[in-house]
Amino acid sequence: MTDAPLLTIEDLSVTFRTGAGLVRAVDGVTYDLRHGETLAVVGESGCGKSVTALAVLGLLPPHSADIPRGSIRFDGEELVGAAPERLRRLRGNAISMIFQEPMTSLNPVFTIGDQIAEGITLHRGLDAEEARERARELLELVRIPAPEQRLDEYPHQLSGGMRQRVMIAMALACRPQVLIADEPTTALDVTVQAQILELLLELQRELGMAILLITHDLGVVAETAERVVVMYAGAVVERANTLPLFERPRHPYTAGLFLSLPRLDREGRDLKPIEGTVPDPLHQPSGCRFHPRCPFAMPVCRESVPELRERQAPGSPPHLSACFYVDEHPDADLVAESLSRETPEPPTAAEGFA
Amino acid sequence: MTEPLLDVRGLTKHFPVTSGVFGRVVGQVRAVDDVSFELSPGETLGLVGESGSGKTTAGRAILRLIEPTAGQVTFDGTDVTRADANTLRHLRRSMQIVFQDPYSSLNPRLRVLDIVGEALEVHGLTSGAETERRVAALLARVGLSPSALNRYPHEFSGGQRQRIGVARAIALEPKLVVLDEPVSALDVSIQAQVVNLLLELRREMGLAYLFIAHDLSVVRHLSHRIAVMYLGELVEVAPRDRLFSAPAHPYTRALLSAIPVPDPKRRRQRIVLTGDVPSPLNPPSGCRFHTRCPAVMDRCRVESPPAEEVEQGHAVRCFHAEGERGDDWYRRVSERIERQVAENAAESPAPKPLALPDDVGAPAEHHVAATPRRPLPKPVRWLLARPRRRRLALAAALLASFIAGGAFGRASREREALAEIKLLRAEIQEYERVTGSLPATLSDLGWRLPPIFGGLEATDPWGRPIVYRVRASRKVDPAILEPDRFLVLSLGRDGVPSRDDLGWGGR
Repeated sequence: MTDAPLLTIEDLSVTFRTGAGLVRAVDGVTYDLRHGETLAVVGESGCGKSVTALAVLGLLPPHSADIPRGSIRFDGEELVGAAPERLRRLRGNAISMIFQEPMTSLNPVFTIGDQIAEGITLHRGLDAEEARERARELLELVRIPAPEQRLDEYPHQLSGGMRQRVMIAMALACRPQVLIADEPTTALDVTVQAQILELLLELQRELGMAILLITHDLGVVAETAERVVVMYAGAVVERANTLPLFERPRHPYTAGLFLSLPRLDREGRDLKPIEGTVPDPLHQPSGCRFHPRCPFAMPVCRESVPELRERQAPGSPPHLSACFYVDEHPDADLVAESLSRETPEPPTAAEGFA
Repeated sequence: MTEPLLDVRGLTKHFPVTSGVFGRVVGQVRAVDDVSFELSPGETLGLVGESGSGKTTAGRAILRLIEPTAGQVTFDGTDVTRADANTLRHLRRSMQIVFQDPYSSLNPRLRVLDIVGEALEVHGLTSGAETERRVAALLARVGLSPSALNRYPHEFSGGQRQRIGVARAIALEPKLVVLDEPVSALDVSIQAQVVNLLLELRREMGLAYLFIAHDLSVVRHLSHRIAVMYLGELVEVAPRDRLFSAPAHPYTRALLSAIPVPDPKRRRQRIVLTGDVPSPLNPPSGCRFHTRCPAVMDRCRVESPPAEEVEQGHAVRCFHAEGERGDDWYRRVSERIERQVAENAAESPAPKPLALPDDVGAPAEHHVAATPRRPLPKPVRWLLARPRRRRLALAAALLASFIAGGAFGRASREREALAEIKLLRAEIQEYERVTGSLPATLSDLGWRLPPIFGGLEATDPWGRPIVYRVRASRKVDPAILEPDRFLVLSLGRDGVPSRDDLGWGGR
């Protein structure tokens, strides 16, 4: 593993023009992905984790989305503002993506074989026969039984797990350096989820690609990722290696997520939910966006936006978080303290909607 | 044990599969097969299973929201399965349900006051201002402010809607609430809020819950006992802690090991099952789990294992547990299973190592073929083969016929679909007039033409009054509706079907 990042996202912002106003879906997001690693991006619905990934691939809706600032570099090459033709050559080739809903991401009127072969023909210039052979080998690679026969079947003839395998086969067709997996197992049953995760990790070990895993499931993160980025309301609030993040979260939101989670491995603990709801993207709170739900909120949190700061002594792996409370109390145990605190002005549920 | 609140004996629900215009029955989907359990007052039973395991169907058959095919359900000493309409209405005061999807389970045309207060007034408990006071108290109880009374469901977030659903369920002070995946549609931080609310209500009102879910960690948090379902059958029932410390059925063991644990220090050996859940239409012979079981024996393929009570309150449906009870039963069962797993593994060939095909295995170059080798469409090739002078005229003629054909084809498709929709609309209105509620599925309407439409659910994608999305089943003529697309039909207040009522959507 070299240290030079393969994919660098720097100060990226994405806005959407909607009928109701301008929505800042992503606001100043910075993270990088290194060769061969698994990086998990965690957050709840609407936090901007998927939008960031779509921006990398140049798949944002062209008529409503803008990237007012920021940069995305792949292998040193700037992708923001790159020619569509250039992005088309990267997509499905050096960078590919698998989506949450395998049924909606596959075209129902083409056979599995045709859909896998399309990318190979496009990026590698193989003829139909060679591409079909390659597609069969890929289905074998993702452990689909009777691949020869599956090539001529349509997506509706396959189960959810099988469809997700087909998606993975398509994504791997050109041996990508980066695989973006957007909630790859959310639509699947637990036992099938286990199969797919196992397969992804095995393929990664074998092929050495980097995986950007977008998920809301902290269990999946713990079992697969080396590093974690936590996002809330369009911004990165914490970034660290997996182990330190789980052992000692340095942002109240991350701590709150852990306390909201019923755990199979720890019994008898009451759940301590994060009060209130995720803010409406049209009316983001001022200052730190988490402050209305934060048990540690101070007056300053209402006024200014905290910066991502290093929380570790030099020499150890970086652990960044954006929180004024942690700035003042660097040694605070946020998980333990959250338990004894109440949210200062608990937003009643009725205030959650405007 | 005291007298059970709910006693389910041999509950079975089969859905007939029909074919052809006359609805000939060609098979049975065995959604729930011979399920039995008891529930004491104030107790919570978690019902766990993957999609298609029949857990939701079981929950609805218990409340008789769908008619069970066989079996007996006794609630508080009354036979629910044979109750007449009057008794049933009375029973439903004590048995309520909270649905999974907070977006489709609340009528978008009603205010929260009417949604929650409806049951109070229907049962003649309150009226007018008294209803309003009671509903406000209920809303406060579930953590919503009284200002919510006059709002409509679309003004609330998912978690708040689920609170409204809970308020509706507890309005009549029931003894039993069936919770059908109440938190799985919600974000993690909101899930915990609703779980805590359910725990508080149980403490205060002494409610019994039948908690249906696929997420074992949430189920464990709430339940006293847990029942595991697989393809319509209960495979294991045990007190909560015993299920986790002594899971005896190979399926339960795999299910427990498959759940990701949010602790990066614990990288465990997972039992990864092969394959997917088989179709409940023609389920496997013998033990239904045998197609995926790592500890399968020859007899599992033919015989169906009986339920074996291995210890007090812990029953397992597996041959490996047969005859095992008393001290140390768990060690013996585990050994039997592990021995069989090792034996099976020795017989089956090791999986091929993963390797990408050679050419594709080459380092990725960002190159693109100069021209994608896609043949040109047939009409274009034909055109190019004509003499150059005639090409323009021919192209114009071709284009004109293409446009005309497309327009007429679309018009006739719309006409046909509109006729179907008129019929469907009349049926729905008739249903609403007679029963006072909207149908949840086409089968509620008693439609005998299932090949036309696959299912029907109330949603509101564009904030219009109420919209039915009708998904075409695969058998529908593609000229009417392409597979995997929706017909979108809105029941506007004008009651006159128009083109605006009909739309096409994909999914």
